[in-house]
Amino acid sequence: MLLLPIVKMTKTVMKSLLGGSACKMYPLRPPTFFGGTRGPVEIDPSKCVLCGLCAKKCPAGAIAVDREGKTWEIDRLKCIVCSLCADICPKKCLVLRNDYTPPVTGETKDVFRIEPVSKEGHQDQGKSKG
Amino acid sequence: MGKRTVIPFGPQHPVLPEPIHLDLAIEDERVVEAIPSLGFVHRGLELLVEKMDFQEMVFVAERICGICSFMHGLGCSLGIEEIMGIEVPERARYLRTIWSELSRIHSHLLWLGLAADAAGFESLFTHSWRVREKILDIAEETTGGRVIFGACKVGGTRRDIDGETLVRVLGRMKDIEADYRSIAAVFRDDYSMRHRFSGVGVMSREEARELGAVGPTARGSGIARDTRELGYAAYGGLDFEPVIEDAGDCYARCMVRVREVHQSFDLIRQAAAKIPGGPVEVKVKGFPEGEYFSRLEQPRGEVIYYIRGNGTKFLDRFRVRTPTFANIGPMVKMLAGCELADVPVIVLSIDPCISCAER
Repeated sequence: MLLLPIVKMTKTVMKSLLGGSACKMYPLRPPTFFGGTRGPVEIDPSKCVLCGLCAKKCPAGAIAVDREGKTWEIDRLKCIVCSLCADICPKKCLVLRNDYTPPVTGETKDVFRIEPVSKEGHQDQGKSKG
Repeated sequence: MGKRTVIPFGPQHPVLPEPIHLDLAIEDERVVEAIPSLGFVHRGLELLVEKMDFQEMVFVAERICGICSFMHGLGCSLGIEEIMGIEVPERARYLRTIWSELSRIHSHLLWLGLAADAAGFESLFTHSWRVREKILDIAEETTGGRVIFGACKVGGTRRDIDGETLVRVLGRMKDIEADYRSIAAVFRDDYSMRHRFSGVGVMSREEARELGAVGPTARGSGIARDTRELGYAAYGGLDFEPVIEDAGDCYARCMVRVREVHQSFDLIRQAAAKIPGGPVEVKVKGFPEGEYFSRLEQPRGEVIYYIRGNGTKFLDRFRVRTPTFANIGPMVKMLAGCELADVPVIVLSIDPCISCAER
């Protein structure tokens, strides 16, 4: 009677001891992500036409588009990583990076300057943190 | 009879990381009365409808709960679709069923882990959560999110699972189920789990019916009520029976959840076998005008969504009756007359989700 639970227990213990870790062993091993994992939004400033659809549709109101100042701004803490902006972007200049949003210690607003490609093919683009 | 004393339980308590406060009136070590109070994490999500596009409201609804988030989004979508008369494609219905059942499995495994923890069985707790992690991986692979899936929308789903991924996921699920079976056997047969939960917080079938218990709390008392039988999403085309236990104690409620996980694995297999091809969404035109009650079965029980539209892009009223709210009455009844040491186990046995109950 007593033997059966002991045999079962030993089996589980041996499996736990020899079966390797069930954890992902981060940061010893770099994390792996699935193809569809949604992460922080990234913009390709050379493709953006400042239509403002993403800012209008964002459920969290995290995106601000300034047509006059030619800037595209995202509040990383407000962003809920729903990928709605990337889905509706007519120029497909928004993509969701394939990893998790990194932790931050304060409010971060990423501001991107959007400059259309000039005739000579020279483009001026930059990112500043504010 | 001893002197009556009132001791507070929560809003911070080791067994429950969520804020519910109970005033426990005790005589000696016996609880005579429990008075619950809520309102510590009220977020006013229901009032947000007045400022939010009805299609974006699905994202808000998803954030009512951090466990059964997909089903909250689904409840909101179902209500709006019914008001607007939108016919959701068949494939989307099956996808919704698959993701709902994935949510149920991960929610129940989380609860089972917590139950093992409440009984002091730490290794069983870690094993339950180890299996849960694999389910979360499947959720992330198919929807892109671990807990907040963001996959449901008015008119269908935002993502599709391609055939290759579905086959791969089903293959992995077979191993997960085998793994789960060995854990379920411990919940079923182990002396310490049985000893801690049996005979604690007994609620008879009549009491459960009178107090309006829902979900595993009702089914643990022998009431065969499962909202999935209404046939929303693709449940109408799947074969299942509500899981019931008759004892009405914490052990019965635990067993209902243990068996429901098996049922969910089976439902996913059935849905994957029957899933038709075709589109996963239809275009939504116009604005909702009218009202509807949508009802669906969450891991904790039946949730009711009341939605009223006024023909503009903002809804008039949005009200959610969550299962935890319905189960607080039965919980207070179970607490009256129990031992003080059994209070954490009884509170845990209804699987309280306070962020749901507060919204």
